Amino acid sequence: MIVGDQKPIEEIMSYLEGYERILLAGCHGCVTVCSAGGQKEVDLLAGMIELGRRRRRQACNITKITLERQCDPEFLTDLLAKAKENDVILSMACGAGVQLVAEKAESLKVFPAINTNFIGAVQEKGLWTERCQACGDCKLSLTGGICPVTRCAKSLLNGPCGGSRNGFCEIDPATPCGWQLIIDRLEATGCMDQYEMILEPADWSKSRDGGPRKYLREDLK
Amino acid sequence: MSLNKSNLQAKLESGKFAVTAEAGPPRGAKPEVMRAKAKILKGCVDACNVTDNQTSVVRMCSLAACKILRDEGLDAVMQMVCRDRNRIAAQSDILGAAALGISNLLCLSGDHQIFGDHPQAKNVFDLDSIQLLKIARQMRDEAKFAGGKDVDGRPDLFLGAAANPFADPFRVQVPRLAKKVAAGAQFIQTQCVFNLDKFIEFMKGVRDRGLHEKTFILAGITPIKSLPMAEYMATKVAGMDVPAALLERIKGVEKKKQKQEGIKIAVETIHKLKEIEGVRGIHIMAIEWEEVVPEIVQQANLQPKTA
Repeated sequence: MIVGDQKPIEEIMSYLEGYERILLAGCHGCVTVCSAGGQKEVDLLAGMIELGRRRRRQACNITKITLERQCDPEFLTDLLAKAKENDVILSMACGAGVQLVAEKAESLKVFPAINTNFIGAVQEKGLWTERCQACGDCKLSLTGGICPVTRCAKSLLNGPCGGSRNGFCEIDPATPCGWQLIIDRLEATGCMDQYEMILEPADWSKSRDGGPRKYLREDLK
Repeated sequence: MSLNKSNLQAKLESGKFAVTAEAGPPRGAKPEVMRAKAKILKGCVDACNVTDNQTSVVRMCSLAACKILRDEGLDAVMQMVCRDRNRIAAQSDILGAAALGISNLLCLSGDHQIFGDHPQAKNVFDLDSIQLLKIARQMRDEAKFAGGKDVDGRPDLFLGAAANPFADPFRVQVPRLAKKVAAGAQFIQTQCVFNLDKFIEFMKGVRDRGLHEKTFILAGITPIKSLPMAEYMATKVAGMDVPAALLERIKGVEKKKQKQEGIKIAVETIHKLKEIEGVRGIHIMAIEWEEVVPEIVQQANLQPKTA
């Protein structure tokens, strides 16, 4: 899933300065699963904004809505209808959702309420960790199912570097060394012979470096 | 394959024991800083490494600092990290260096920028050190760029890489060296050796695979300047292995004499390293203490022929 977390309330309040009618939009997708921008977080953030405005003796009128998905025009109809009665949209979706809403919101400003951080998994309850950088050329078949691009702080395809210590990365003693994880998996699956295969330089044109990417399915058009 | 051999390559291929040192470029545009370091090191080393923004702190670029050393009559080893340049910049710098007569190239991944003075920087890591080695070798041997186009005037290169016998996991350090040799590493400079037992075990693994016959291994030496420095290396620097007994030895010496004890340890270690089959030279990394190198070289009876 896409993992995000809410921006500091001061930053959010600064965006909303001068706007009275605020449309606060959550999303039932990834940001609900990672507890950053679902229905519950919409209610909590609305309360905080109202409190902040009361303290400053400023009026505000918040309309709350949580969409099935903000990253799909199919689900934007209700939001766009309500947009007409508001001065600003504050989106709690990921960056994709915020942008699609902005594209459709005509003259209305759209601000993000969360920082979109990474594509990750639930490590344990309340802890999400990054697993994929969407490089567009998946190498997991060669590295024991552990991604060196994401899990190694230097994205080394032929690691580890000299900074691996007791299974952890030198940049942070709480971050596992991605290459230690890869080596452990290669050993567990009886594939250590793969370790000495030199991985060639990546084709980053398939990643963001090649420009904004698209995925077209003619059969679904 | 190279037509013009560097002093370092010629020395190693002649079978003689080589000595290299390391000089860090200044944090400013003063060429005289490099000239002063060159004057200290000239005559006692076969070549001098120039670090490439080590620990991710901005310094004069390795290429320019290498040129200054060369102008002072020293053979230079240009260190190149993958952190700050993509394959376009890396190949361009290799051509530039070769055009200036700098042919020793040490290919490194590079310290993560979080340790330096610009932790907000974007890192590149388009390549890793092994891929950089392969690309440099291809430019030299096949006159081809990584992208496949022809190199018009192939660079003379003597290619090196680092090895860290003290990094984790230990069991992949020899296989990792094998990968670097397969990628084109003609010489290896190791992390500083304080834990001799572990280094001996590493070298046994190296010999078991015959890697010592495929590459020249220079063992790393760092003279300890003080107890705090030794403690810092022991606890704060990943991939450094400073045994407790060594710390105790430094601790047992009064503060004023710790530098001398550090030099003594370095010399003793060099004598032991020279006895290990497959060790073909010493690489002295006297961090911001280059002036100690001549003393160590003399005391350890390393008498290299100079450029």
